[in-house]
Amino acid sequence: MPIGKLTFEDVALTVSVPEGTRIIEISEKVGAGITYGCREGECGTCLTRIVDGEGNLSDPSALELRVLKENLAGHNDRLACQCKVMGGDVTVRPG
Amino acid sequence: MAERITWIGALDPALRTFDVILKTANGTTYNAYVVRGSAGVAVIDTVKAPFTEEFLAKLEATARYDELTVLVLNHLEPDHTGAVAALLARAPHLQIYVSTRGLQVLRGLLKGAFERYDIRAVTTGDTVSLGDLTLRFLSTPYVHWPDTQCTFAEELGVLFTCDFLGCHYCDERLFNDAVGDFRFSFEYYFEHIMRPFRRYVVEALDLIEPLGAQMIAPGHGPILRATPEAYIQHYRRLANSRLAQATGGAKTLLIFYVSAYGATEQMAQAVCAGASEIEDVRVSLFDLQDGDVQPFVDLIEEADGLAFGTPTINGDAVRTVWDLLSSLVDIETKGKLGAAFGSFGWSGEAVAMVEARLQGLKMRVPEPGLRIKMYPGAEEEETCRAFGRSLAQHLTGQMAPREIDMTELLAAQG
Repeated sequence: MPIGKLTFEDVALTVSVPEGTRIIEISEKVGAGITYGCREGECGTCLTRIVDGEGNLSDPSALELRVLKENLAGHNDRLACQCKVMGGDVTVRPG
Repeated sequence: MAERITWIGALDPALRTFDVILKTANGTTYNAYVVRGSAGVAVIDTVKAPFTEEFLAKLEATARYDELTVLVLNHLEPDHTGAVAALLARAPHLQIYVSTRGLQVLRGLLKGAFERYDIRAVTTGDTVSLGDLTLRFLSTPYVHWPDTQCTFAEELGVLFTCDFLGCHYCDERLFNDAVGDFRFSFEYYFEHIMRPFRRYVVEALDLIEPLGAQMIAPGHGPILRATPEAYIQHYRRLANSRLAQATGGAKTLLIFYVSAYGATEQMAQAVCAGASEIEDVRVSLFDLQDGDVQPFVDLIEEADGLAFGTPTINGDAVRTVWDLLSSLVDIETKGKLGAAFGSFGWSGEAVAMVEARLQGLKMRVPEPGLRIKMYPGAEEEETCRAFGRSLAQHLTGQMAPREIDMTELLAAQG
């Protein structure tokens, strides 16, 4: 199974993760400052800046696209409760 | 109220507790307005639901429903949108103007009916014409919800700010130069509603100040027609009211502790000593045992990092720690560094509980909490110093990057 490397910039930590791991599965365990509200992709609380490796994340669903748009997200922002690491390196910090 | 503008709000003089968290000795008002142009009539905000009939009666005395063209919702909280459904039932043709971030709340408010209405998301720079009058929208997020915006009636020089620059004070004389003394209410409202968002308050002030508004018409409390600019200046003072720290560019770490037998205090001193070894970090140590926690809220607002030491008593952190942590709702803590440590005799749950609260306060908690059974020995004191050093290094950005595997992480979490 492809392995991705997910780096949380604000706590200076990289975690090796299997393909398909969502950021939400890891970020709280490492104490990163990404915070969650509904955890279902509706509220936009977990807006996260993708510092590097945007292409190594799963494509946003229609719901995520809508919530990103309504929260005036930048093109490097994603919802940490929704997107998955598909392999390769990804670096994130709280949005 | 002014040329072309009519107040159609409601007085709620009997209210004593607002939104659970706020007290008011004088009740409040829910201010809503009608703005009449040569080719269009706008309703700006509505009222809390129990006042719907009163609101509609005032509206009907001012305009016919078929004359109305625009509904502006500057903020979607229920005390300003309680009459939206009733208004739309009578005037379904209205163009509804709301901030982009307000869309999802409006969708929640209108449920299935959302798709039936003409809803337009706006941001700074967007305008709508009422013929000879123009409404200009200004996006002012987080004063105090993500959706908040202001609307400027350009030709009239009147700025509608909803909760921003408002207060809970009920007086039928409506205007700031006619009502009783509401200065306390104005500051109290800032402290409890706006202070956690003071960064955004300053941004919003920067955006609205150049408008040179002749009148500021908020969603609660007196309408500011006499020296409106003085209220903008006062908000600036309230947002930057503390004595500046003499730390220059150094990062600040505050260590708070409570100790039952001196063990957690010993840890706190070692954490403090370790953190103090790192240059460019100013470390302060505070015993919470006898303290009133409120003054510490001011310190925390300015600090870069916070560490809490607490023993575990009856499976919980001690009360003064919770008192302080629960007081932090009044300030912004997002992105600060947090940490927890403590001595324990049997179970030691307190440290993880405090860490969870720190994360709930949107802080980063990069170092796993430090728990020591009974008193720290020499080796454990060194562990405490290393913990302090790591916290300080995280603050200065000197922490060496670390790498772990997810399985290790999950195992460590047990």
